[in-house]
Amino acid sequence: MSEKQSLYILNSLISLTNRELKKWYKVPVILFLSLFQPIIWLVLFGKSMNMGSIFTGTSIEIPGLNMPKEIINEIASKVLLLRFGTTDYFSYLAAGMVSFIILFTSMSSGMTMVWDRRLGFLNKLLTTPIPRPVIILSKTFSAVLRALVQATIVLLVATLLGLQYKPNVSAIDFLGVYLALFLMALGLSSLFIMLAIRASSWESQMAIMNLLNLPLLFSSNAFYPIDIMPYWLQPFAYINPITYTNDIVRQLLLGTTGINSLFIDYLYLISFASFLSSVGIILSWKYLSR
Amino acid sequence: MTEDIIKAINLTKKFGLLVAVDHVNFEVKKGEIFGFLGPNGAGKTTTINMLTTVLKPTEGTAIVNGYEITKQPLKVRQSIGVVHQEYTADEDLTGWENLMLMASLYGLPREVAKKRVEELVELVELKNAIKRKVETYSGGMRRRLEIAMGLINRPKILFLDEPTLGLDVQTRAAIWSYILKLKEQYEMTIFMTTHYLEEADLYCDRIAIIDKGKIVKIGSPKELKGSIGGYIVTVQVANDIISALKIIESMNNVNEVKNKGDTFRIKTKDAESFIPELMEKLNKNGIKVIKISVSEPSMDEVYMEYTGKSLRDEQSSWEEAFVFHRTIRRARR
Repeated sequence: MSEKQSLYILNSLISLTNRELKKWYKVPVILFLSLFQPIIWLVLFGKSMNMGSIFTGTSIEIPGLNMPKEIINEIASKVLLLRFGTTDYFSYLAAGMVSFIILFTSMSSGMTMVWDRRLGFLNKLLTTPIPRPVIILSKTFSAVLRALVQATIVLLVATLLGLQYKPNVSAIDFLGVYLALFLMALGLSSLFIMLAIRASSWESQMAIMNLLNLPLLFSSNAFYPIDIMPYWLQPFAYINPITYTNDIVRQLLLGTTGINSLFIDYLYLISFASFLSSVGIILSWKYLSR
Repeated sequence: MTEDIIKAINLTKKFGLLVAVDHVNFEVKKGEIFGFLGPNGAGKTTTINMLTTVLKPTEGTAIVNGYEITKQPLKVRQSIGVVHQEYTADEDLTGWENLMLMASLYGLPREVAKKRVEELVELVELKNAIKRKVETYSGGMRRRLEIAMGLINRPKILFLDEPTLGLDVQTRAAIWSYILKLKEQYEMTIFMTTHYLEEADLYCDRIAIIDKGKIVKIGSPKELKGSIGGYIVTVQVANDIISALKIIESMNNVNEVKNKGDTFRIKTKDAESFIPELMEKLNKNGIKVIKISVSEPSMDEVYMEYTGKSLRDEQSSWEEAFVFHRTIRRARR
């Protein structure tokens, strides 16, 4: 491929990605609404469902239990630490919410594909000389960028609400977190764009999204650790990429002991992302020209 | 002889059992406006989609601007511009942004793109609206934007799929004046589909009538009209109806004669030479002509003749489809 041609491909990729992003950053209402859900989870659920305060709340008195309060607190902390890897459930949940927003943003990327097909924009694109994978890649990249920006906002809100970072958290830890989030967003948006590649009805795409979002979320360690799940759910948690992302985020930001080593986590996410994005490119060659 | 810029060879597309386009053969000459006319579902858009490399033919092929559509689709795409039946511009962007986006997809450098966009905006008279979001445009404005978008790469061939669908009469006329102006300016060949018979009649150099995936007739509007038995000459005579009938029936070029009292309706292929001859013969035999008139056969009749249906019946379903698409677009917001 000549230099001129690769420059052309790069330029068209940037223009198309920018087109997708414009729809989003030019309408702050949509940005706000899409952030609303995870923030609700953080603020309402995360702050209320505070496992720590069940045990260590100031007024806890168990009648008939003759044990000094310090010991109860001590036991509670140890149990929390053992189960969640941190004594603060809110911080544990916040890490899960960062993956949550990545999952939801990636999912909606498939919808833009459906709309482009329905409204004729895709047809127009197909008559231009751009290579077919550029169409898919522009959608993937814009979804990834959007997901990362939204994850940043969630992380900021969580910090304001009292997310407890590990004492020696560094810029490299954050870079590591973003790498993990990038990989997961890449893999998930490729997956959902692929599912939408031939769909022309947004209803069916919505149905797919609704079918997959909560199962993906609940079969991960976003809300609770894997070892308290029923035994039949645990295998699913181990193939769920959200589990691996959460594991990285918690290890790097909260300093928990992970379920896997960081190496295994990254390895899994890299394979997940590269597999799905290459399948997406192959399918775009095959199905975008009928 | 002018060269063929499009040549379809046994072009066929099947969707499962349905044969949408069935071994179609035709040529489009360089610089002409070639029209595809046919009822809903006849295979017009499918043919355009194959010629513009969006669809792969099941069988056969076509040569567009010297390139085979299946073997060199990139070369084909670089030499064509397409204006689709539906509005394809991104409604959330401004007209200018849409045009610049298209320019970058054709690999135009930014400076060249800016110049070209300016020029096109001038041509289609969208200057005042170009920085506005496309969703605020009227139907005619959107269509003009679509045409400008189709011309951004200075195509050799412009494909227009129902360019005036759903527009009112004035807007349609305006759109046509742009198309003709642009054709002149860029020396383009235009391949179009339409279901407005009078448009095909007025603007196309040659027309192909397509029905159920097959081309039933190709020719210039004049040839097509001639092919169905031609003009209708109505003559009213003052006296001697019986010998007048005899004279008329004895003449060449008469396909059919009907008379009602003193008025004759004569079908002929060539009215221009028939009328003087008729007048002369009638005068010679002392028959006085009170009134004579010629009516050209309309494309309607041609269309009916070859497809067995009237396009007027089709129109409502097209309009419905259009309204349907617009509803979807609105629902999105």
